[in-house]
Amino acid sequence: MNDARAVIVGSGPGGATAADVLTAAGWDVVILEKGRNHLIDLEAPYEPKGEFSNDELKFGFRHFLGPDPLAEPRTFRRGEADGDRIHVGDVNNLPSTVGGGGPHADGKLPRFREDDFHVRSAFGPIEGAAVEDWPLTYDELEPYYAEVERLIGVAGAAEANPFAAWRSGPYPMPPGPDMYGATLTAPAAEKLGLHPYRAPTGANSEPYDGRPACNNCGFCGFYGCPIHAKGDPIASLRRALLTGRCEIRPEAYVTEVVLDGSGRRATGVRYLDAGRRVQEVRAEHVVLACGAFETPRLLLRNGLANSSGLVGRFLTVHFQTFVVGGFPFDLLGDRGRAVTHLHDDFIVPGPDDVAAAREAGLPWMKGGVVEHGSAAGPIQEAVEYPPGELHTAAMRESALRRKLWVFTMQGEDLPQATNRIDLDPAVVDAWGFPAGRLTYSPHRHELVASAHFAPKLEAVLREAGAEWTIATTSPPAPDAAFDTPLGVAPASRHIMGTCRMGADPATSVVDPEGRFWDVENMVCADSSVFVTAAGYNPTLTLTALAHRTASKLAGIGPPGG
Amino acid sequence: MIRLVGPVWLSPEDHAVVAAAGDRLVPGSAETGVADYVDTLLGAFEFDPPRIWAGGPFSGRHGGEAGFDSFLALGAVEELAWRTRIEGSRGLPEREFNGPVRGLQEEYRDGLASLGTDFATLSPEEQDARLGAVPEFKALLYRHACEGMYGDPVYGGNRGGAGWAAIGFAGDVQPRGWTAVEMRPPAASEDGRPPAASEDGHA
Ligand SMILES: Cc1cc2nc3c(=O)[nH]c(=O)nc-3n(C[C@H](O)[C@H](O)[C@H](O)COP(=O)(O)OP(=O)(O)OC[C@H]3O[C@@H](n4cnc5c(N)ncnc54)[C@H](O)[C@@H]3O)c2cc1C
Ligand code: SF4
Repeated sequence: MNDARAVIVGSGPGGATAADVLTAAGWDVVILEKGRNHLIDLEAPYEPKGEFSNDELKFGFRHFLGPDPLAEPRTFRRGEADGDRIHVGDVNNLPSTVGGGGPHADGKLPRFREDDFHVRSAFGPIEGAAVEDWPLTYDELEPYYAEVERLIGVAGAAEANPFAAWRSGPYPMPPGPDMYGATLTAPAAEKLGLHPYRAPTGANSEPYDGRPACNNCGFCGFYGCPIHAKGDPIASLRRALLTGRCEIRPEAYVTEVVLDGSGRRATGVRYLDAGRRVQEVRAEHVVLACGAFETPRLLLRNGLANSSGLVGRFLTVHFQTFVVGGFPFDLLGDRGRAVTHLHDDFIVPGPDDVAAAREAGLPWMKGGVVEHGSAAGPIQEAVEYPPGELHTAAMRESALRRKLWVFTMQGEDLPQATNRIDLDPAVVDAWGFPAGRLTYSPHRHELVASAHFAPKLEAVLREAGAEWTIATTSPPAPDAAFDTPLGVAPASRHIMGTCRMGADPATSVVDPEGRFWDVENMVCADSSVFVTAAGYNPTLTLTALAHRTASKLAGIGPPGG
Repeated sequence: MIRLVGPVWLSPEDHAVVAAAGDRLVPGSAETGVADYVDTLLGAFEFDPPRIWAGGPFSGRHGGEAGFDSFLALGAVEELAWRTRIEGSRGLPEREFNGPVRGLQEEYRDGLASLGTDFATLSPEEQDARLGAVPEFKALLYRHACEGMYGDPVYGGNRGGAGWAAIGFAGDVQPRGWTAVEMRPPAASEDGRPPAASEDGHA
């Protein structure tokens, strides 16, 4: 006797979307979430819990949304030469809480371009990187993109970006108000031949789906939205709960996928509850949506779904280039959604970029989307200045907060087999399970692209009125001139590719529909399945894929089809 | 917020040393309650729920009902992590899954002993010398002074929002937020740029 038709592990954007789709199709589901519930009352009428707030200590310094790095450390090394690890603690941590990274994110939600699904065919191979085509096309995913934009509530302007992929309809809402700094950097970028546009954002620009419009509070990235104007997964989870067919169990740490005698079918999962008692949920189908770091960790611990030997491998992040500019006046960076403009020019290489790549001995190079943004809290700013008598003066001058503007390029990171998640040989979590370990070094492509595009961004900032500019990267380039406060591990919160999707079970972990090759009734609904990283924020794409995977599981066709 | 009379974890003497040392690192922080901030953190578990995470969604300063005062309960793993961070692992196996952890209380006990009970009476140069002799503790105190000065008042520092007021930071603004008009500087000229910033950094 099953407890549910499907058990979903993880309640982030991926898992929440799967729950939304499956419950709408009449399935009953149980969602198991390792973290606590600060998002939504689990009794009807499922109101927000009211625990999010504009509180820098709680969100920025005290791990409110988890995971606490002391209880759930991860480890990092650049490669084997580093030994077992060079860092223990926070490594690409996304929140561990009901809603996953959804509440934390400030929700720039661009789609990928058509090319991004067949980089290998469009651009060709690059030595030392496992650049492959996806086993699906943009056209196939488009209806799901449109549907998740509607479900999440994305505010954007369809015609704004000349590089955008084709779309079947407009965004459900117009873009929200521009940050002041972006009203200076966007025209400056245009003047230098770039094409900035208002960022499609999962934050309501008008009341939508029973949630209010964003009021530009400025505590956006890294914070939960106190008024739920963000398209965090509260909308999907609430819809699922309202069907009466969804149960969410927080503080349920899944430790094992249980298999039947054949070893090819799952009968459900086991988890530890808040009191560390072993519990089991039996289900016809298992949906893994632990995020691209924890999904492979769980599988590796179980020795599961890994006949290809590729679980955990081809991990990609975004190779981030930060270009900051200091202005002689206040940019009001603490008002607004942290980022209101993007430009995609560096994703679509021009002749100059191709020439630079060739000169560096690469067949091609791609940068990434550039975010025009700002916003650091005053504590984060304060710790950057030296202590002592001049501290207050520095804070009043606020060179590093109010007068700073930041371009973040989410550079496309090429997949490499050696970049991966595995299990740390010694460090464990509070339950005694091996910590996940990230081994990561950028490919030369990322370093060359970053060095090529950064000066272009510095020029834009100077054009906009910056008095000084600095470029840095995360992770640090091997020849970096100075240490960044972001540390030695990649600071990117975009993690992809650890259970690669493909048409051949020998070279991929899941099939083109997101089903694990080795476990016939188990699918993956997070960004583990990405084949390549693209230079775009991943969440809309992983959500569209989760929608598609769940729809196919339930035997329903594409939305609107 | 409800404050008990006097410190909950620091002795009155230590409280005075934290205030003086904090003030040396972040001027003005003594007056805005840095020692109360540190005391509330080190003594967080003297309260129920512990004073780790303030409630939400609003402070009441910009409308809505005040909710920050209602601190949120910790889950089992969170309590384990925070007790370990604050109290240290104390040889308890459930806290030592990756080996012993020194707690903040111990860091403070040792650090304050090195600064000396006479710290507050010393000259600024002598204070700097004593702080310089314990660089790790100085760094910890400095971080806590920044947190106390610019964190929400509900955590014990930044009394009455004085830290924020000193730098022209509005703090939390929900549920009022900022209007589209307020997102631009009032003095913005035609090309969108304000005139040169005035002395205090405000356009
Ligand atoms: C500050 C910030 C800003 C961001 N901004 C953007 C942005 O602008 N645009 C964008 O596209 N992306 C952004 N992101 C990234 C975005 O949050 C992630 O891409 C997204 O959350 C990934 O969704 P997911 O469902 O795959 O996994 P997650 O959101 O990581 O959710 C996985 C969930 O599974 C749970 N889990 C893991 N293991 C287990 C287990 N064993 N048992 C039970 N539960 C488990 C976790 O606790 C977690 O809650 C941002 C992230 C952060 C932190
Ligand atoms: S800026 Fe808008 S979406 Fe972001 S937290 Fe504030 S109100 Fe919510």
